[in-house]
Amino acid sequence: MDVYDKLKILTDAAKYDVACTSSGVNKKASAGGIGNASACGICHSFSADGRCISLLKVLMTNVCAYDCQYCVNRLSNDTPRAFFTPRELAELTMNFYRRNYIEGLFLSSGVLKNPDYTCEQMIETLRILREEYRFSGYIHAKAIPGADSLLIARLGMLADRMSVNIELPSQNSLQLLAPDKSKHSILTPMGYIQNRIQENSRDLIKYRHAPKFVPAGQSTQMIIGATPESDYQILNLTEGLYHKYKLKRVFFSAYIPIAENSLLPTIDTKPPLWREHRLYQADWLLRFYGFAANELLDQQHQNFNPYLDPKCTWALNNMNFFPLDVNRASYRDLLRVPGIGVTSAKRILTARRTTTLYFNGLKSLGVVLKRAQYFVTCSGKTAPDIKLTPNTMLRSLLSEKTRELHHLGFSSPTEQLSLFDQPSLLSLPQEELRRCLPNLS
Amino acid sequence: MPTQSELIYCYDGSFDGLLCCVFESYENKEIPIDILLPEAAHAILFATKSIPTDTQKATRVLNSIPKKMGVSALNFVQHAFLTCLLQKELYILLFLRLGFRHGRSVMNMLTDDVVNTLFKAVKHLEGESHLLKGFLRFSIINNVLVGEIEPKNYVLPLLVQHFCERYPEEHFLIHDKTHGMGLVYQPYQSAVIPIGALELPEADEEEQTFRELWQLFYDTIAIQGRHNPECRMSHMPKRYWKYMTEFDRIQKNITPKLPSSSVKLLHTPS
Repeated sequence: MDVYDKLKILTDAAKYDVACTSSGVNKKASAGGIGNASACGICHSFSADGRCISLLKVLMTNVCAYDCQYCVNRLSNDTPRAFFTPRELAELTMNFYRRNYIEGLFLSSGVLKNPDYTCEQMIETLRILREEYRFSGYIHAKAIPGADSLLIARLGMLADRMSVNIELPSQNSLQLLAPDKSKHSILTPMGYIQNRIQENSRDLIKYRHAPKFVPAGQSTQMIIGATPESDYQILNLTEGLYHKYKLKRVFFSAYIPIAENSLLPTIDTKPPLWREHRLYQADWLLRFYGFAANELLDQQHQNFNPYLDPKCTWALNNMNFFPLDVNRASYRDLLRVPGIGVTSAKRILTARRTTTLYFNGLKSLGVVLKRAQYFVTCSGKTAPDIKLTPNTMLRSLLSEKTRELHHLGFSSPTEQLSLFDQPSLLSLPQEELRRCLPNLS
Repeated sequence: MPTQSELIYCYDGSFDGLLCCVFESYENKEIPIDILLPEAAHAILFATKSIPTDTQKATRVLNSIPKKMGVSALNFVQHAFLTCLLQKELYILLFLRLGFRHGRSVMNMLTDDVVNTLFKAVKHLEGESHLLKGFLRFSIINNVLVGEIEPKNYVLPLLVQHFCERYPEEHFLIHDKTHGMGLVYQPYQSAVIPIGALELPEADEEEQTFRELWQLFYDTIAIQGRHNPECRMSHMPKRYWKYMTEFDRIQKNITPKLPSSSVKLLHTPS
């Protein structure tokens, strides 16, 4: 089998891994070496599905001893198998890197023979890159659950980022669909990596040149829609992972049916892309906007509204928090306004040092007035010509895309939540609206 | 009080030249309505005032900028000069005049029209240069990495550090076809020099192999069930595709030959 066939098989087998980011670390090539990395990450291309291509994302091998039902590489699946030799893969990476096709390598693997052997193959690939080619570009390595902690440690000294996939959002689902994996076997390496990162950061304080362990941190991913967990459960789990394991990112991957299986959604189920999108929006709110998971969802509201984004939903349910005056509100509060993001909130803070802000000024700062106008005042004044009925508000808060969807109706019955199912949204009391925008007649 | 007359400055196109325009504007207490290059100035009816570039005057203005409005303002103005903003010279002059009046806080005046316009232009420049760090493709010809770009802004100065830190042991050339300039590097020195037309030889066998491997990877990594060409287009506008290896094949099929299409136009009944 030549490299062409191997690349085809092992790319195809790796494509369901979500993370392709090259962010989190700044470095430049060492003398006589090649490769740098930029903390903001660099996308080298975008595939036809609109996802960023930053790294050469392949598997070491798609041979796998495990039989996880949701996975294309499961033992029982009849699919062509291949494996890269460490040198082949290192050479391919270098040749792509020199031509500026990629930022580096994302290496994952099926379990060939046993977790330790697989891990050794990955280590050898990374060793050739780092030691022989003196490659300082980005490497994301996946920890193989069940591998010896010494091997994980060695892998971590060579990689910039590591990840252990949570796979499914609950222990029950794991038991059902991935009998070879358990919560324990996943969380153990994750905890180990987290401890080593912490230890390493202490070493780095003492010795500036201490070798770095996973300098870009660790991430994880889980499959959405293959199992019955609610958004509330998923978001709580996500928040817990950020707090407890100090993860840099939690990725979500909408389940795309790959085989007929009574335990899984039927093969003609469309991947829940909207749900995935809403979860990512909420994930952003957790990481950059100072929201907590239990502010966005609770026991009574277990799932996100398909038509309204989580921030708008929160705002409509918390009208007593508004209006905020853009000339006085704190950064943390500004971030809670629909239509104001991290960039525009920072710009507001900068701009209001020298001048009083009005609505036209907000627009030039990049605030989406169409949404924000209902929630802010400028020195006590509300936006001109504002119509404050629940209907007009909702219409402005729905994005173009969701409005189309609302019109057409969602395809799957589970997603046929209409706005009207959520009493808190449409029966927004008029007096509350009036209170929050006092100039309204 | 400086007066805004029908005055047009004409400068030599250099940053120093522009700083001399700022000097002139203060010395004569006047604000031009535009600042043009000599070629552009010939084509208009208004009288133009030619501003000679005087290194001493330029240095005086240059040194005063960080003192009066901070180093960040100087960096900002230098970046603004690289943008493709229409009338960038005039905007820079107006910005500096604001800066000399208000001091450091000029960098906070984001709602001011002049400051806002320049900020947006610089953001466009920085955005384009960031994208090109990823979208640029090298071909390896005689062990030299050669890449072509067609940016709207003059991004080469912003790419120097990134690519020098990335490939310290390589020889490379990045050709900016819009501005007729090239970034050339050999261990361990770089230069930005004028380069006109550049005819690249056909790819050799090894180069062709890796191009095909990359195209294979590109096609395979996409998930059919998530096909979303609009999303791709918004992250990676089509104007960048021209020099990207993964679209080589597609473009060769799509791009119609110019002569045949113009013939068609001639024969269309009116």
